[in-house]
Amino acid sequence: MTRYALRVASLALALGLWQLLTSRDVDLWLRFSQFPTVTDVGRAFADRLSGPDYWTDLTDSLTRILTGFLLAAVLGVATGVLVARSRLAEDLLGPVLEVIRPIPAIALVPVAILLFPSNEQGIVFITCTAAFFPVLVSTRHAVRALAPVWEEAVRTMGGGRRRVLGSVVLPGALPGVFGGLSVGIGVSWICVISAEMISGQYGVGYRTWQDYTVVDYPGVFVGMVTIGVLGWVTSTAVELLGRRLTRWLPRTSYVPGTARPKAARTTATTSPAPVPAVRTGPEAEEARDEHLVRD
Amino acid sequence: MSTSSETETRPKTRARTSSPRGARLALRDATLGRPDSPALTGVDVDVSPGEVLTVVGPSGCGKSTLLRTLAGLLPPLAGAAEQDGHPIDGPGADRALVFQEDALLPWRTLRANVELPLAIRGLARTERRQQATSWLERVGLAAQIRQLPHRVSGGQRQRAQLARALAGRPRAVLMDEPFGALDAQTRAGMQDVLVEVLHGTGATVVFVTHDVDEALFLGDRVALLGSGRLTAVRDVPSPRDRTAHDDPARVALRRDVLSSLGT
Repeated sequence: MTRYALRVASLALALGLWQLLTSRDVDLWLRFSQFPTVTDVGRAFADRLSGPDYWTDLTDSLTRILTGFLLAAVLGVATGVLVARSRLAEDLLGPVLEVIRPIPAIALVPVAILLFPSNEQGIVFITCTAAFFPVLVSTRHAVRALAPVWEEAVRTMGGGRRRVLGSVVLPGALPGVFGGLSVGIGVSWICVISAEMISGQYGVGYRTWQDYTVVDYPGVFVGMVTIGVLGWVTSTAVELLGRRLTRWLPRTSYVPGTARPKAARTTATTSPAPVPAVRTGPEAEEARDEHLVRD
Repeated sequence: MSTSSETETRPKTRARTSSPRGARLALRDATLGRPDSPALTGVDVDVSPGEVLTVVGPSGCGKSTLLRTLAGLLPPLAGAAEQDGHPIDGPGADRALVFQEDALLPWRTLRANVELPLAIRGLARTERRQQATSWLERVGLAAQIRQLPHRVSGGQRQRAQLARALAGRPRAVLMDEPFGALDAQTRAGMQDVLVEVLHGTGATVVFVTHDVDEALFLGDRVALLGSGRLTAVRDVPSPRDRTAHDDPARVALRRDVLSSLGT
């Protein structure tokens, strides 16, 4: 409960500071006099929410990012597994991928314009390329890091390649894959917004740029806040899905900063001999095992 | 002529599938290991159907290599590895391998792990569930069937691994120091569990260990490895009898084995 209060306070504090600096037209070295105030942005937000364009922009951007990201997830996992499991695939695809990887996805705008008949497909292409590489790299590492005994166990049960893939490689790589997906959804947002700014029609990025060109600064901030909230919602969704699918991962029962230190302090005050913080030797070993056995 | 050969082969295969008897395993003048570093040379050994052969030797002497070759995970560099007179050309459900390390899939519950070989054999879901549960009950894990591997103790994980290996109804079980990481008490308990569950399966067992007492308790015969060779194969008097540890023949064999291992 206190943690939620802290989180809300953090946001409130940031907004308060913003309002203070802008309403007083603070012009030190950073100049806040031209900056819209929180109330300006709030008013603009309310206006936009009641108009039809805001929701079109929102759904357009979401459609683009989800299409691009899902494509990237599927392609990234498939290519990552292929490259990690087959030497031939590694030799054939590896060099091409490594050369394309360092190119920022947004620099592919000219390529997208040349390749695709519509802007829409171009934006999805750029978003997809951006998310593809983090997913690919994480998947490749995760597959290579799998314990060999798992595969050997399945093979000595008579399982073939497909069984190893379905029962060992994919589930075992999942924690790593989700690491890549989390990074991927972040860069997807960067790229979808940038691509919309350059070549889009509708979309949050397009609208934000339009507002900037007509000097509607509160409108720009409405766009930025929208991107922030959407980004937060989508990455939280990825995070939660990942946690749900990898619930089997052993987790420590130790959570820093919870009630524990308090309890230790009270025992320390009542008994003169404080409990040592770190126990070593077989005693500690036992304690750890105990928490695993107990449900 | 063709009909006579058919009638000859048919009963054989039926006999094999209807009563799962142990496989005959053999290594013939085999060199084993990785190409750059052969671990064992000139290995000749025959394991009869249903027999328990234990293999002892100091660590790093190639015990695991021998087992992995029999499993089909590692082809012999020279000579031959055979099952029932046919060369072993890859791993298969016939020969289950039990590992020292945690080879249970950590994302599957104990029951789902034991179900895996049954799924590979193509059994339906309910049948799978039922058999997996009964195997886990036989190794004393009735209360843990829905637990994930990391939630149970090391000894319980090894029991589950044993259940998983046997659930596939293998004709040979290859065990690579399965109790090596367990404390002495748990280990003795596990040996009893093993003897109990193996009884009636008829499976041939090759059991690798660095513990001489374990080898002498479990094995019908004990094979000694040392300095890159299989140095001797000895018969064990009254195997799998806890009361026979002070039997003079067993004591003499124990002394022999220990001295030939150089301890």
